[in-house]
Order: sequence, then C-alpha cells, then structure tokens
Amino acid sequence: MASNEPNVSSPRQGAPGFIHDWSAERRVFNVPWGKAMMWLFILSDVFIFACFLVGYMVLRMSTVEPWPDASEVFALTIAGQSIPLLLIAIMTFILISSSGTMALAVKYGYANDRRKTAVLLLITALLGASFVGMQAFEWAILIGEGVRPWENPWGAAQFGAVFFLITGFHGTHVTIGVIFIVIMAVKVMRGSLDGQRPGFLTGRKGNYGMVESLGLYWHFVDLVWVFIFAFFYLW
Amino acid sequence: MAEHGQHSVQHAAAGEFDNMELVHPKTFLGKYVWSQDAKVIAIQYGVTAIAIGLVALVLSILMRLQLGFPNTFSLIDPASYLQYVTMHGMIMVVYLLTALFLGAFGNYLIPLMCGARDMAFPYLNMLSYWFYLAAVLILMASFFVPGGATGAGWTLYPPQAISPGTPGIDGGILLMFASLSVFIAGFTMGGLNYVVTVLQARTRGMTLMRLPLTIWGIFMATVMALLAFPALLVAILMMLCDMLLGTSFFMPEMLNLGEPSAHEGGSPLLYQHLFWFFGHPEVYIVALPAFGIVSDILATHARKNIFGYRMMVWAIIIIAVLSFVVWAHHMFISGMNPYFGFLFATTTLIIAVPTAIKVYNWVLTLWRGNIRMTVPMLFAIGFIFTFVNGGLSGLFLGNVTVDVPLADTYFVVGHFHMVMAVAPVLVVFGAIYHWYPKITGRMLDDTLGKIHFWVTFLGTYAIFYPMHFMGFAGVPRRYYGYGETSYIPDSMQALNAFMSVAAIIVALVQLVFFYNLVRSYFHGREAGPNPWQATTLEWQTEHTPPRHGNFGAELPVVYRWAYDYGVPGAKHDFLPQNMPPEAVEADDTVPGRRS
Ligand code: HEM
Ligand SMILES: [Cu+2]
Repeated sequence: MASNEPNVSSPRQGAPGFIHDWSAERRVFNVPWGKAMMWLFILSDVFIFACFLVGYMVLRMSTVEPWPDASEVFALTIAGQSIPLLLIAIMTFILISSSGTMALAVKYGYANDRRKTAVLLLITALLGASFVGMQAFEWAILIGEGVRPWENPWGAAQFGAVFFLITGFHGTHVTIGVIFIVIMAVKVMRGSLDGQRPGFLTGRKGNYGMVESLGLYWHFVDLVWVFIFAFFYLW
Repeated sequence: MAEHGQHSVQHAAAGEFDNMELVHPKTFLGKYVWSQDAKVIAIQYGVTAIAIGLVALVLSILMRLQLGFPNTFSLIDPASYLQYVTMHGMIMVVYLLTALFLGAFGNYLIPLMCGARDMAFPYLNMLSYWFYLAAVLILMASFFVPGGATGAGWTLYPPQAISPGTPGIDGGILLMFASLSVFIAGFTMGGLNYVVTVLQARTRGMTLMRLPLTIWGIFMATVMALLAFPALLVAILMMLCDMLLGTSFFMPEMLNLGEPSAHEGGSPLLYQHLFWFFGHPEVYIVALPAFGIVSDILATHARKNIFGYRMMVWAIIIIAVLSFVVWAHHMFISGMNPYFGFLFATTTLIIAVPTAIKVYNWVLTLWRGNIRMTVPMLFAIGFIFTFVNGGLSGLFLGNVTVDVPLADTYFVVGHFHMVMAVAPVLVVFGAIYHWYPKITGRMLDDTLGKIHFWVTFLGTYAIFYPMHFMGFAGVPRRYYGYGETSYIPDSMQALNAFMSVAAIIVALVQLVFFYNLVRSYFHGREAGPNPWQATTLEWQTEHTPPRHGNFGAELPVVYRWAYDYGVPGAKHDFLPQNMPPEAVEADDTVPGRRS
C-alpha cells in the first residue's frame, strides 16, 4: 500500500499527535489494514502465550515435588562432556538470526528488489525450519530419557506436561510461519506483489505490505521464544 | 459536541476501499451461500444463532418441566437434567448471544454505520461464519454420541468435567472442547475484521467521537472478546491434555468412585482462574453491545439526543477495562486468601459506578423526550428495568460475606438471568424490530410486536423474580430434584410449578414473534428508507435493503454526531449524520429521504 498512498503523517508529535490520531476521521493509525490486523492478532496471541506461561508458573510454584534442574535436563553430551544449554543456545541464535533476514526481506521488498526479497524469505524459512527440526531433536532426546507428559524421572509430573504443551504450541506457530513464508516467497518470485495480482483465495491485491505483516508475525514468534527460553531454561 | 454541525476535521488519506474491488458473485450460491458481503454473513450468523438458541430454549423448558412437575416426565433423568443445564447455559451465552451481537449485528451494522462498503477483510469474514457453523454442528453432534452431551455445567470445572460419574465424559466433553476451539478460531477471524473496520475504514468525517453508541458497544465488546477467549482456549487445551494424555494440569490426585485417579498434583483452581478470566468479560461481551444498541434505540424513539454521549463512551471503555480485573468474584467460595476476596469485591463494586452512570443517562435521555412508544422503544425500556434489577442483585453477590451463603443457590440463577439473559435478549428483540425494516424493506406488525413484548417482559419476571426468594431459602442450583429436604419449605414446589407455567407461556409467545418475522417479510407495510426518521448512516442508503457495497457511487460524508434530534432552528426534527451544515436551514431536502 505504502507505494501508492500519500504520506499523511500526524502533524504533531507526542501526546497532541496521539490525540489527533485517535480523534481523526477515517482511520486511527496511518497503516494499511493488513498491518493493523496483524497487530491486533498478535495482541490476542500474546494473551494466549501469557495464559500458558502464567499457568506454568502457577503449576511450578504450587507443586510439592522438586522441579527438574534445567541445566542438567537440557544439557547435551558431546565428547563425554556435558554442556548445559548448548542446543538451546544454538536454536535461539538461529531463530533470532531469522528475524534479521526477515527484516532485510521487508526492506528489499519495499525497494522492489524481487530477487533479494525472495532469497531472504527463503533463508528465513530455512532457518525457521531448522529451528523446528532441532526442537524435534530435543523432544526426541527428552523422550528417550523417559520424559512423558504425565511423568519424568526427575520430579514433578507437570514438567513434561508444560514443556511439551508450550514448546509444542510455539513450534506450531513457527511451522505455520514457515509455510506462509514459503508461500510468500513463491508469490514474490512470480511477481504477484509487483503486479498487484489478486490473491487466489482472498482476492486481495498483492503488495509488499503483506511481507511486512508476515514479518511482524515472525518477529512476534521470535520474541515469544525469548520468554519461553527464559522461563524454561534459565529459571 | 464542540465540532457540532461543522465539518472541521482534516481529511486523511484516501481509504483502501477506493482501490479495492468487492467480489460481486453472479451465481445464487455465490450471492447467498458463499457470500463475502457482510450483510449476508450477518443474516447467516443471525439465523444460525437463533436456530441454536431455540434448541437452548427447548432445553430450558425441559428443565422447567422437571422442576415444576417432578418425576412426571420419564424422559428426564438426573443425568440428562445436568446435560440440559450445561448445554442450555453454554449455548445461550456463547453460541446465541455472542454470535448474535457480534457476528450478526456487528456484521450488519459496523460497515453501514461507519460508512464503509464492507468489512475490511471480506474473505476472512466469510470464513468466520463457516467456522461458526461448524462449531454449532459439532456441538449439536454431541447430543448424539454415546453417553450424550456433557453434563459438567457451563463452567466445565475440572476435576468433575472429565471424571467418571459426570454424564458425557466419553464423547460429549470432547466435542464441547472441539466446538469451543473452532468457535474461538472463527470468532477471531470475525473479530479482527470488526475492530479493523471500526478503527481504519470509516468514511470521511466519521471520527471516533461521532460513532453511534451501537458501534462503540460492539467494538469494545469485540476487543474484549479477542483478549478474553485466549484464556478459555488455553484452559481447554490443558484440560484436553489431562483427559487424553494423562497430564495433570488441573487434575489432583483423588479417589474417584472409590478408584484412585491416574493424576497427581494438578490445580483445579488454576482452571477456575483461567475460565473466569474469560467468563467474566464474556458477560460484558454480551452486555456492551446491548448497552450501545439500547442507547441508539432510546435516542431515536424519544427524538432526543443521548444524554452525555462522551460519558457514555468513556463508561463503555472503563467497564471494558475493569471487567478484566474482577474475575475472582466468581470464586469467593472456591477458597482464596481473604485479602484477594476483598480486592476483587472492591473492583467489582467499582464497576457499578460507570454502569450506574449509563443507567442514569438512559433515563435522562427519556426525560422530557418526545417518546414514541414503538415496539423497539418498549423493549429498550424493558431492558432498563430488567437490567437495573439484575444489577442490584449483583451488588449482593459482589460482597464476599453476602455471597458466601447465596453462592450456588437460585439467587445466583435469578441474578444472572436478569442481568445477562433476559436483559440482552430484550435488546436483541428491540434491535430486530428496529432494524428489520432496513434489512427487509418492510415493517414488522405492531400489534403482534406489542403482544410479544408484554408477554415476554412480564413472563420473564414471573419466571426469574421468584428465584431470588428461592435463593434466600437456600434452594441449590443445578439440582434435578430436592426430594424431602427439610429446610426447603413445601411452598417452593408451588412456586416452581408457577415459574414453569410462565416459562412455557414465554416460550410459546416466541412463536408469535417468528410468525411476525415471516408474515411481515411478505405482507408487511412498505418501510421506505428511513421509517424511524433516524440519523445514522444505515438509514441513509440509496437502496433499502442496501445492496452489496452499501452505498451508491459515493460514500457518504459525515458532518455531525449521530444524535441530532430536535435541534433548535432546524427544519426537521432530525438531522442525518451526512447532512451538510448548509442544508440545515437552507432548504427542506433531507438527504437519504427520497420518496
Ligand atoms: C425462557 C428463557 C429461559 C429459561 C426458562 C431458563 C431456565 C434455566 C434453568 C431452569 C436453568 C437451570 C437452573 C439450575 O438447575 O441450576 C438455567 C441455567 C442457565 N441459564 Fe437459563 N433460562 C432461560 C434463558 C437463558 C438465556 C437467554 C441465557 C443467556 C445468557 C441463559 C443462561 C443460563 C446459564 C448460563 C445457566 C447456568 C448453566 C449452568 O448452571 O451451568 N438462560 N436456565
Ligand atoms: Cu463476573
């Protein structure tokens, strides 16, 4: 949208600008609809993850059994050496990097650089997919050690339950993101966005704002991961 | 309204509708079934919601038959009574009222009243309806699976919701979870649409503070729903795991029918917190649209501007915010720190302030108005009575010490039926009588409408008012029968029979309403574009009923707020929102009122 819209920024800064925006006619935010919708969706999703994490905290604090020690449970044994949090550090690094490539994709999208945008999107999808792959690997290790949703060898039964449910729910978000990023990359490569071709299902005209909205989702998923990381691996 | 009458606001950039093409299907299926037109989607939502609402109504009559005439009907046994309670409550709250106010009225009114051609995302909007339909069908299917629907109560509290001994733990509860999840997904699609449309797709001149209160109510309710449903979704997912995977989120270690359960260490209280973090806002999700619609009906039919528009808007916003910090008043007897009880009682009572402001403003709107006792007006006034009633009993329940003896008695049942069942339903009826002429182009019959109103209004009092006394006497809720319970006086049985007869009469009089709906569609008086002489944009459309795209070639431009009734010096007793200031004294053509 940004390309064919006159730039109507709020005339005032700070609180007066805020009031001006909110009391304006037509629209409150100077953003395309798709972006406004994504922000709202993210807000709603924040509440989902918040409920999950609060539930986790309540369960962990109210259980009478010991809680498994994160630095032992999540350690990786390499060459006979147990290195705590190694895998998870790599996963986190990968996911954060993918936010960077996504941001670049958005930038080149607005510069109408089709090739770079598509390549960066594909790299982002690849990083996301490898994150999910490593998560599956970690699940496999834990399952191999006897962790189940209903029990584990080290303590409170709720450990497996919250771990699998919350990381699984987050992993689903990442997977959905990867799928959409791949679709978007194909659209970019085919030039659907430059040509404003209507979407197959929705009939909305293509534009690079879509890449940005998708990017917002992706950054959100990464940000949530930081919280999950902190609560599960560092607490 | 400072900017009253003049169009002083700067024009923002061209809206996205200007370069967006609406999908205009050619086939019958495309037009009426897979439609992306918000108005068609609204009707689909409305018809589905009312159909399932009728199921809930029948269930309530079955319950009333058992309560009024115990052991006369062999069809109803204790287990099926519990299933009726559960399904009745859940359907009424979520699948009828939420879907009707947001899905049906939201879809119909938001684009029209904001001056938009459609919702911002028509395709998503269509999907939203199909998800809703799927949710309804899944819910209905649960009546037919082995073991039947769940009987856990609409609150679905664990452990009992998924423990042996509760009806419907085989398939019913699973389908309930599935249906609610699908509902939430579908609602999210619709809800994002409603909010984005209100925030970003209004027509020129339509500032937020010129929006009709109907839109304010629906808008805030949708925002609340987007933030409240996540808690329910999380609670459902966790309970699903407890049930299928043997986790212990909510399930404690316990003996169940003499058998030790396979769970340990879960927290049933956590579920209650999550559920009510959704459940209490849900009450206001149903109430806020009703508040908004009532405000508009009162102003239109009293020919007077709404008293204290700004106050009304702020009251809606404050209620919406506060209602996220009162949830634990549903848990006073679940066991909690007394200081928490004190905190939640306080926040609960504070909500009474903005709510009372709204009631005063409604009454002051009527004060010295030129009241037309139309059917919508009757329902709106009926709402005020019922709502005040339910609000006052809410003050009892909001105080911990008073709530403790009253919790889980019929006092609670009486309270919430007054405040969130009857009151919003009266608004639903009022709104249908009010907007039916725009939707179909014909008026509903007045006499039938008045019969419908008086029987429903007085009848619901006959059903629910005595419940308060039964509550004081200690009659517990969710009971199939009381047998010989020494502290329950025999007179309660007579009262129960009376309430049941009233309930049957109220249910039957709804047939008059449906007859009216169908008959008027074919034989009703032609309504014309603006039969109530209302100011808001939906009455100023070129066609009645409005076509796809809502307005003609040009979107209307808004010059004033929605409540210019009886403006001194103006030729007409109402000024439509899109009437330019020059036209007010200049000549007598009222825009949108072609004859
Ligand atoms: C003619 C109309 C209605 C009648 C006769 C009726 C009757 C009843 C009865 C007999 C109960 C069960 C009381 C018990 O045994 O504890 C009940 C519960 C309930 N009703 Fe209604 N009702 C009506 C309309 C509504 C409406 C419109 C709503 C919408 C909010 C509603 C919401 C509920 C809820 C939430 C429950 C509690 C369910 C539970 O305890 O799990 N009812 N109603
Ligand atoms: Cu409440």
